[in-house]
Amino acid sequence: MRDTRSNDRVNDPEPDETLRSDADHLTTRRLPDSFALPINQPPTQPMKVPTAGAIDCDIHPSVPSIKALLPYMSDQWRDTIAQRGVHELETIAYPENAPLTARPDWRPVQGRPAADVATIQDQALEPFATSFAICNCLYGVQLLMGEDMAAAFAHAVNSWMVANFLDQDPRLRASIVIPTQDVNLAVAEIERRAEDQRFVSVLMLVMDENPLGRRVYWPIYAAAARYGLPICVHAGSAYKHPVTSVGWPSYYAEDYAAQAPAFHNLVSSLICEGVFAKFPDLKVVLAESGITWLPAHLWRLTKFWRGLRAEIPWVDKTPTEVAREHIRLTLQPVDAPADAKPLERIMDHFGSDDMVLFSTDYPHWQFDGDAALPDGMSVSLARKIMVENPKNTYPRLK
Amino acid sequence: MNVQVIDRPAGASRDKSKLAIADCDIHPSPKSLPVEIYPFLSKRWQNHLETYGFIYRQGFPTGPAFQRGQPDAARRDAYPPNGGRPGSDLQYMREQHLDPNNVQLGILNPLRSGQGLQNADLAAAYCRAVNEWQVEEWTSKEVRLKASVMVNYEDAISSVAEIDHWAGNPNFAQILLLSRTAEPLGQRRYWPIYEAACRANLPIGVHAFGYGGTPVTGGGWPSYYIEEMVGHAENTQSLLTSMVFEGVFERFPNLKVILIEAGFAWLPALSWRLDKVWARNRSEIPHVTRPPSELIQAHIWLTTQPMEEPEPREHLRDIIEMIGWDRLLFATDYPHWDFDDPTRALPIQIDTATRERLFLNNALDLFSPRRTS
Repeated sequence: MRDTRSNDRVNDPEPDETLRSDADHLTTRRLPDSFALPINQPPTQPMKVPTAGAIDCDIHPSVPSIKALLPYMSDQWRDTIAQRGVHELETIAYPENAPLTARPDWRPVQGRPAADVATIQDQALEPFATSFAICNCLYGVQLLMGEDMAAAFAHAVNSWMVANFLDQDPRLRASIVIPTQDVNLAVAEIERRAEDQRFVSVLMLVMDENPLGRRVYWPIYAAAARYGLPICVHAGSAYKHPVTSVGWPSYYAEDYAAQAPAFHNLVSSLICEGVFAKFPDLKVVLAESGITWLPAHLWRLTKFWRGLRAEIPWVDKTPTEVAREHIRLTLQPVDAPADAKPLERIMDHFGSDDMVLFSTDYPHWQFDGDAALPDGMSVSLARKIMVENPKNTYPRLK
Repeated sequence: MNVQVIDRPAGASRDKSKLAIADCDIHPSPKSLPVEIYPFLSKRWQNHLETYGFIYRQGFPTGPAFQRGQPDAARRDAYPPNGGRPGSDLQYMREQHLDPNNVQLGILNPLRSGQGLQNADLAAAYCRAVNEWQVEEWTSKEVRLKASVMVNYEDAISSVAEIDHWAGNPNFAQILLLSRTAEPLGQRRYWPIYEAACRANLPIGVHAFGYGGTPVTGGGWPSYYIEEMVGHAENTQSLLTSMVFEGVFERFPNLKVILIEAGFAWLPALSWRLDKVWARNRSEIPHVTRPPSELIQAHIWLTTQPMEEPEPREHLRDIIEMIGWDRLLFATDYPHWDFDDPTRALPIQIDTATRERLFLNNALDLFSPRRTS
């Protein structure tokens, strides 16, 4: 069942020349001072802080094909998938050949990126010398309409993750994929996996059928809190609604841009609907959110809280304080210009060094070379981000 | 808690209040809805409203989907002593706001003015009626106030007709849309509106709220009014993203857009994100030939209310400097509950020249392009 494709081209990248030349052209443009263009660092630029020993809180193994999941399904679902011709559950959140979906030097000759443990070892673990990496599998389980089918796929993805990754490399950890379509089935899947300490969090998508703060999801948070599992909310949508509050966009670029506003809504939802008042030990990790939006959003939310807190009396301190205690964010992508100064200011606006967790977002193309840590972070902050903050967020990463 | 205070000398706020300001978001209201509008509507539409009421893409005909924090979302002290809804009495507006706050230019943004009504013919007729009402009851009586051309933006044909009708009329300063549209505002169905705006040499204002019918987040309906209110910022980011990536600003290089009552501190992070997404997806959107941050700097203005209030407050200066002091337009949102008092709303101290720009001259430059300063 395992994909035995060759990895010969791993060290032989062929970047898209069109994009490369566009980018080169752009770096020479005269830009307004306040908005320098965030073209990534050239791969040759040396890093200021080595990442050795860091904990990578967001990497994405791909399910190589639906066939890979069949061994982990019941006869009934195996037959169903064959007889109904059920398609791959790859999603429009990451179109297979879109530049962002896989960095050129992380793209295999054939098949999906990051689809086996050897590839991940060569591309994600060794180059960054990470001590642990948390696998967030983005196969489109959450998009399915039927609760039972979703539960069968979630279970299969988790079993596939154990056999093909967690059992294959001691540095790998994973988030539990759950069928959010049915809270009872989601809790059952958490309970089945919780004993395995290599599952370190529970995975949800930032856009589900309901805002994630709503009470319908609270049994999931109760189960997660019971087992010491943070919730990892990752970019992506179940596509039960348009990805923007004003309807469906035309371009993939808009879909990806829309993930950040969705995270703003999520933070409002989790805080205002009372998740952290109900589950005071719960931490929620926002994965692939862009990070620099958070301080401004909390200013706005806190201002409205001052005027409207009577509506949500369980929020008895400022949303900014609640967020500093409960919200964490994975590092990549860093929505900031190449110039380090604006990012320095924004990191100061966070008012906390505890919130950001190192990540590469492998194999998504967020940076080139090994420049996973952006300029604009102090050495002490970078060290906290790489090890201390992840350890304080994931109780199982000891 | 927000305990940091500016060390103001006694009486300073009184002195500052004497500086002239432009208020780019004032909400005038009929004394009673919709009766005060009826003189501007045909008998047919009066009968229609009496029979069927106001039908939007929202279930309650007489109130919002999310119940507000205050009646009519109004300041408790904004009810005119002679009766009527807050914002419905010009003389009281002068006494409570225009005179004491030395408003030199006030932009009227009427709400519940026909926009978003499902019946397109009714919506067009109602928008025309509200436009005539603004001139008759407000701008012809008070030279400091300028009206907005209300258009039924979901129907580009009637919108263009309405813009053409008022083009060149000095009572009007902008065209007004609401932010919660049926589809993202960059999409082609809305382009004739932008073309007409450029022809009329009027900026497009996009005010928070509206009736698009889709959930107010990409992940469904939240439970609380506070989430809806805070979410206007995300909604506005989505419409701005759409305008940038659909190529609206490339196609209409003279278009000016004012984002009203949706915050502004989010703009740098959004611009950086759009630049990054644009650079990575050039092959998908080749019609966008300049970095989004450049397009935004060239085409976008934002009103300040509700002003973000960081702690420490100096963080706001970082953000405004990233956006540019020339791109923000002061607004109070009178007579609504979250009114920003011009003497107190800006949480940081700035020099007089910058203050005059933010509170007055940016608006004068935008709304009176021929003015020389």
